[in-house]
Amino acid sequence: MRIHFKTSYEHDIRLFPDWWSFFVYATLIVIAVALPWLMDDFFLGEVTNVLIWAIAGLGLMLLTGQTGQASLGHAAFLALGCYSCIIFMEQGWPFLIAFPAAGILTGVVGTIIAIPAIRLHGIYLAIATIALSILADDIIVLMEPITDGVSGKFAPMITIFGIEIERWTTPDRFYWLVLAVTILCTLAYRNLLRSPLGRAMAAVRDSEVSATAMGVHIARTKAAAFGISCAITGLAGALMGFYAGAFNNETFSIVISITLLMMIVIGGLGSIHGAFFGAVVVAFLPQFLSMTKDLIGGGSVAIPGLETGVFGMILILFILFEPMGIYGRWMKIRIWFELFPFARKDMFKRQKSYLKTERLR
Amino acid sequence: MSNLLEINNATLKFGGVVAVNDLTFSVEEGEVYAIVGPNGAGKSTVFNLISRFYNPYAGSITFDGHNLLDRNADSVADLGIARTFQNIELFDHATVLQNLLVGRHRHRTTNLVQEMLFTPKVRQEEKRHREAVEEVIDFLDLQPYRDKMIAGLPYGVRKVVELGRALASGPRLLLLDEPASGLSVEETQDMRWWIDDIRKQMGITVLMVEHDMGLVSGVSDRVLALADGAKLAEGTPQQVQSDPAVIEAYLGAGAA
Repeated sequence: MRIHFKTSYEHDIRLFPDWWSFFVYATLIVIAVALPWLMDDFFLGEVTNVLIWAIAGLGLMLLTGQTGQASLGHAAFLALGCYSCIIFMEQGWPFLIAFPAAGILTGVVGTIIAIPAIRLHGIYLAIATIALSILADDIIVLMEPITDGVSGKFAPMITIFGIEIERWTTPDRFYWLVLAVTILCTLAYRNLLRSPLGRAMAAVRDSEVSATAMGVHIARTKAAAFGISCAITGLAGALMGFYAGAFNNETFSIVISITLLMMIVIGGLGSIHGAFFGAVVVAFLPQFLSMTKDLIGGGSVAIPGLETGVFGMILILFILFEPMGIYGRWMKIRIWFELFPFARKDMFKRQKSYLKTERLR
Repeated sequence: MSNLLEINNATLKFGGVVAVNDLTFSVEEGEVYAIVGPNGAGKSTVFNLISRFYNPYAGSITFDGHNLLDRNADSVADLGIARTFQNIELFDHATVLQNLLVGRHRHRTTNLVQEMLFTPKVRQEEKRHREAVEEVIDFLDLQPYRDKMIAGLPYGVRKVVELGRALASGPRLLLLDEPASGLSVEETQDMRWWIDDIRKQMGITVLMVEHDMGLVSGVSDRVLALADGAKLAEGTPQQVQSDPAVIEAYLGAGAA
């Protein structure tokens, strides 16, 4: 078991608590950067997919895990990010400007939508945001002159300082681009967590009444959470567009919204790791299922709804047996090894919470 | 001594129920002022009026010359008013340290973009907040719990953490809603010393609601007795405790 001896406040502010964890994450990044030389193009494409889902997961995690606001409308923001980035590029904007601009636009639109939406709490907010997902589909069809409606759009070639990046012809370059965006988003998320706004978000999640009494502006904090969440989701949406190559009004359906929410619950609500773990499950499950099907000799048999069914099953099992998600399980296994052989069976049992102040509204 | 908090003719009605009825009292700078009264007398409602969770039906509330009724609930803290809650409203899924740091929120000077980039200014501010919080941790002996999650802490410690969170904001007026409820005799004794020190060492004015008469008479300079939202008696703890109207409200007519 490692014990941190802290000698200054700086220790608690650092991104990595000690050299060991710095080493672990540095190794992880080195391996991630070297991946194109270690894997064939098919698996590299799959890993790229995982990373894109992880970025989208980070976006929703900030809103749902950190600020406690469920959203089933994030497919709409994926769509907005995707369409705006590609439309900007069609206007002749270079990728390096169009991509952040798409993120910012999605963030601003998210904030504007949030202003009425944050008056709703819990399940009602989720229901209201479902409307967004459904509306997005129709709006894309209605705005046909800009969006090309049902026939959809094709992602153009990305060019950064003369280097051409495309998902099929240069999968390694596209992977590095996605990796860079992932690292930047993770860093921004991590920075938020260790600064006042991130704590204010957690405060809003756990007790709005006392957050207010501490001087936290509830509506502003929620709107900021929506804005940042949607901006990150918009970036993921743009990358999804480039990854898919072609997309139309049905690409970002409500199913994507639901998958995204299930993903962060399975990964572990409220943790950065959770977004990544969840993304691995979401991205690899279809592959895993088809491989298993091949293995048991049912390769050619189509089973409608198999994926959704298995996914739902996994979600139910997690909610029943591991509400903290894969990350929670991961932490428990780690602590078990760190304490070995002193871990006790009921160590992680939580006692029931105490009475809460009657809600003031 | 001047009046820090003044409440004049405050009235609050919930439908037909008059929760606070034409209540007038003032708290002087530097004193410990306690509100007592039977259940449902409107004590916590008075706190919620000051915190601006409720709008009074009539009357005025001023703090150090500022009209509190002009402000929203989230800008009351900016004036230097901090509070605790009767049933502990901590941020359960955060550590003690993070909870105390939220108390520093009113001193936030950085904006969203700076925080996402974690500029040197944010880092510097974080250290400043941390220093202030560490002083509170030292004062309340919370060192063993610094990095513990609230969800796993015993009731008594949570009560202290909530006091700490209010203190971390660097208030001028501290509102304590039943600071000793649910605490053991020893913990109540600690609370009493802390309230004494908060007033004497930190110079913070304390307004508290409390049922434990031992604690009330031990620390408070003046006591206000409420019944059915109206003032029953006001004065030193001894005066209030021997007031026939107070005894009647608690024990019924004829008991005195």
